[in-house]
Parts: sequence; structure tokens; C-alpha cells
Amino acid sequence: MRFIFKTSYVQDIRLFRDQVDASWYGLLAVAVLALPFVMSEYYIGESTWVFIYGICGVSLMVLVGYTGLVSLGHAAFLGIGAYAHAFFLKHGMPWIPSVVLAVMITTASGIVVGLPALRMTGIYLAIATLAFSVIIQEVFSRWESVTHGFAGMPVEKPTILGVAFDDERSFYYLCLFFLALTLWLTRNLLRAPTGRAWIAIRDSEIAAQSMGVNLAIYKSMAFAYSAALMGLAGALFAHKIAYLAPDIFTILLSIQFLLLVIVGGLGSLHGAIFGAIFVALLPPAIAILRDSIPASMADAAQATGVGAFGVLGEAIGNFLKKPGVEAGIFGLILVLVILLEPLGMYGRWLKIKLFFSTFPMYKASTFKRQKTYMRSERLR
Amino acid sequence: MSFFTADNLAIHFGGIKAVDGVSFEVNKGEVFTIIGPNGAGKTTIFNLVSRIYEPTAGRLTFDGMDITNVAPHRIAALGIARTFQNIELFEHATLLQNLLLARHAHKKSGFFAELLFLPSVQRMELEHREAVEKAIDFLDLQQYRDSFIVNLPYGVRKVTELARALCTDPRLLLLDEPSSGLNVEETEDMAFWIQDIRDLLGITVLMVEHDMSLVSAVSDRVLALNYGRPIALGTPGEVQAHPEVIRAYLGG
Repeated sequence: MRFIFKTSYVQDIRLFRDQVDASWYGLLAVAVLALPFVMSEYYIGESTWVFIYGICGVSLMVLVGYTGLVSLGHAAFLGIGAYAHAFFLKHGMPWIPSVVLAVMITTASGIVVGLPALRMTGIYLAIATLAFSVIIQEVFSRWESVTHGFAGMPVEKPTILGVAFDDERSFYYLCLFFLALTLWLTRNLLRAPTGRAWIAIRDSEIAAQSMGVNLAIYKSMAFAYSAALMGLAGALFAHKIAYLAPDIFTILLSIQFLLLVIVGGLGSLHGAIFGAIFVALLPPAIAILRDSIPASMADAAQATGVGAFGVLGEAIGNFLKKPGVEAGIFGLILVLVILLEPLGMYGRWLKIKLFFSTFPMYKASTFKRQKTYMRSERLR
Repeated sequence: MSFFTADNLAIHFGGIKAVDGVSFEVNKGEVFTIIGPNGAGKTTIFNLVSRIYEPTAGRLTFDGMDITNVAPHRIAALGIARTFQNIELFEHATLLQNLLLARHAHKKSGFFAELLFLPSVQRMELEHREAVEKAIDFLDLQQYRDSFIVNLPYGVRKVTELARALCTDPRLLLLDEPSSGLNVEETEDMAFWIQDIRDLLGITVLMVEHDMSLVSAVSDRVLALNYGRPIALGTPGEVQAHPEVIRAYLGG
């Protein structure tokens, strides 16, 4: 077990805890930068999805995980960012101003949606954001002069300052850059007074207010910042998907984002990334299993001479081919995570880390919460 | 002109007159305690002072300034801090983060400076940290600095709330039942701390308390309430001997 000896307050506000931590992240950075040289085109493309979902995850993590406000309308912000960016590009605007404008427009819409959040909490806020999402989706399909409705809107590969990001590998680096930027900016906010104010609002609004936090301003700020990140993700999303249609930005996508932060682990930036890896890579993983399970089971049946293996493999393959199985698996995992690991993948990660750092002294009960007293009353 | 004045303060919830025409004055540098049976309106007065409730009538004056209509989040910056009866800490944050949040009223950095964590923000953070460490030293919380509040025992949480209130650099401290849920030893510690807060830090304390030993140990003056109306005011001894107070507590 490593003990960090603290000699200065500066150590507590650093980006990384210590040299050892920093070098691990350095190693991770090198690995992520080197990956495109060892992966096939297909996997580079799938990894790019991880980065885009990662930005979405950080966005929703700020709102749900840190400020404690639920949103079922984040797909709408993504759509606004994507359509705005595509629209500006189509009208000949250079890439950087186009993204900046798209982010500004999403931020503004975030503030507008955030206004009811000042009065609503929990399920009511979820319904309000859901309504917003439905309205925006309708706008996408009806406002044909801008969005081309259901005819769809093609988006070209990005060209930034004359540099074309037209293959999978260069686009991978572009998305990676924006994810790293997002993480850095968000981490900065979270170790500054703004982040603490968000956490305070999440845990006790009344105490936050008594300590001088202006609830209205900080809640709107959380909504605006979250929407801004979603706008950025939307711009990248537009390039990645190459063809925008209104039925992409549905409530299902919003739920997928919510699933991302819950499975990843609420209240941690790591969780947003773990969740993004999970949500982005589960569909391709299912697709691979769909083909490989029947094949390998058939092999096993031939090798052992037990025909039941082949039949079973065939059945699993057919089951995975059924429509809606993917959503079902997502839902099942969500239920299991909430039941078994409320802190999500990040919670599991902490346990694994502790296991190795305290080996062989690890106790499973380290993370057991003691039941503490109940609140008898709570001010609203 | 006294330091803090409540003038004919009243709040009605529907037909219930929770606080009904209460007036009192708190002098600078004293410990002023409000006592009364359950439901007498003690905590309601606190919620009125920290502006969580809107008074039906009356005026609140703090240091020569009318605070009856000040927004709740502005109260801390004016120099009034409070603790809560049913601890309202930020449970899924560390003790250090809880105390740092209390410095919010003294925050000077803008959003974009924080986004980039500019050197100015870093300097502010270190300043806040030093102020917070003073409170940690004062209340002996060093060993819990990096613990999450959910993992702390009740007694420590209670002290943490006191520390958080002190971190706002208050001139008037509202303590809502500082000894509730504490054992005898912890209550004695609390009494010493309250005296130190008054004598060493020069902070005026307005307190709601049930534990009469704590009340008589630290209070300079006591106000007794019953059904939202004041029934006695004076030194702890005088109030305890007051026939109205005895009747309110014992019936009859």
C-alpha cells in the first residue's frame, strides 16, 4: 500500500495525485495514441465512438452525477449541436467557427431548458426534459429548410485549417483531442469553487444556499455547461455518422446516455469513460458473438461428437439475431448494476485497485456502508 | 443599536402561528440561547433568520442593516452562518470539500478562470485551504480531513457542521441544537468550543438548545418560547426559575 506524504496544500489541488498517478496516465495516453497503428480500420472507427460517447458521458455526468439533476433530453442537445454544425458547414463556414457557433447555440438551449430546473427536481425535471426532447425532435423533422427533415442531411468529413481529417485514423485523433480537452476542463471546474457548488447542490440544496451558493445560477450553469459539451459531441457525432436524420436523436439515445453514466458510476469522471467504453462497445461485441458463438459451438460439437452443442450454439445465435435483444441486454445490465454495484464500473475498479494495493490484506467488508441514522425530517 | 434584532417577528403556516410576535435583541459577543418545548418555533426562527422562510410580519436587523428581504444565498456573505438540527452536510464529498464549500461566499474567481484553472484560481484555492485548516485545527478534525462524510460517525459530523459554519468567517453564528445526539463527553467538548468561539474568535452565537446543562454553562442570556410566543427572557438561572417556563415544560 502506498502512502502519500503531504507537505504542501498544492498537492491537493494538482491535476494528478502524485508522480505515480501521473505516470500511469502518461502510459495510458501513449497506449491510446499508439492504438490506431495496431488496430484495423473497423476497430479504429469503433474506438472513435468511445471518445464521442465519452464527451457525452462527461456532459451528463456533470449534470446527473455532480449536480444531481436528471435529464432525459440530452439526445436533443446532441441533435442541436449536430444539426447546427452541419448547417453552418453546408453554408461554407470554416470548421472552427462552425463548431464554436454550434456549441454556443446548444449552450443557449441548455440555459432555456435549465430554467424550469430551478423549480423542479427528480421525476418532474426528467419529464420536462423529455418533453423538450420530443419537441426538438419534431423541429428536426419539420424545419426542412434547415434540417431537410426525413430526407436527411449529409455531412462531409471535417477539414480544419486546410487539414483534411478524412480517414478513420485522423478522425480518431481529432475525437481523442476533444475528449482529453473536455476531461481537462471539467476536472478544472470540479476542483474549483464551481464544482464544489454543484456537489453541494446535489447533496443538500438548503445547506448549499446557506453557505452562499446561488442555486438558480449554479443550476443553470450546470445545464449550460452540460449542453455545451453535448453540442461539441454533436458536431463530432455529425461527422462520424455522416448522415443526419431526425430519428437518430430519440428518447432511446437519451436513455442510453443515462445508462452510460449509471453503469459507469455516478459522480466520477472515470465513470463517464468506463460507461462510454461499455455503451460504445457492447453493440459490436453482441454482433461478434452473434456469429462466433454458433461457429465455435459447431466446432465443439464436431470435436466432441456431442450434437447438443451445435443445437445450443445455433439457438443462442438465433436469439442474438432477434430485434430488440440489444436493448434487452442493455436493460438487464442496468438492473444488475443498480442491484449489485451501485457505484457502477468505477466502483468495481476502485475495489480491484484496492485489492492489489493492499494484497494480501484485502477485506470485502472495506466497502460495506454502515447503516447510519435516518433523517427524521428534511427541509425542502 | 444592538448587533442583531428581531422585531415583532411572525410567520403563519395556514392557521398555525408558528412564530407569533417574537422580539429579541442579541448583543455583540454574547451567547444568546432560545429554549422551549417541542414545536415552540425555535428552529422556525432560525429558518426565518437564514431567510429560508418568508416572515409574515416583522423585521430582522443585523449590524445596522435590514436583512428581512435579503436573498438566502446572500446571508452567508453578510456574515451569518448556521448549522442544522438534522445535519445537512454534503455526504458524498470529503470533509475537506465540505469545509471548502463554506468559503463559497468569499469566492472571487469567474467561470472561465476556473475552467482553465488559472494561477489566480490556484492562489484563491490555497487561501481558502489555509482558512479551512484553521477551522480544522480549532476543532481537532485533522484525522478526518479526507474522509467522506457518509463514513463518519454522528458526533464527528456534528463537529464538521460547526467547522463548516466557522469556515464562512461569520460574525453571527446560528447553532441549531448543537448537542442533539451527542453523548455527555461530546456535549462537554461542544460547550468548551462554543465558549472558545465567543471568547477567542469573537463570534456572537445565537443558539437553540434543549440540554439545560449546556445552556446554563455557556449562555449569557436565554429566551424561552412556547407556542411561538416569548414567555421569559433573562440569565439562564432566571429563566429556569420563571413560573411560566416551568409551566410550559411541566404542564399545569
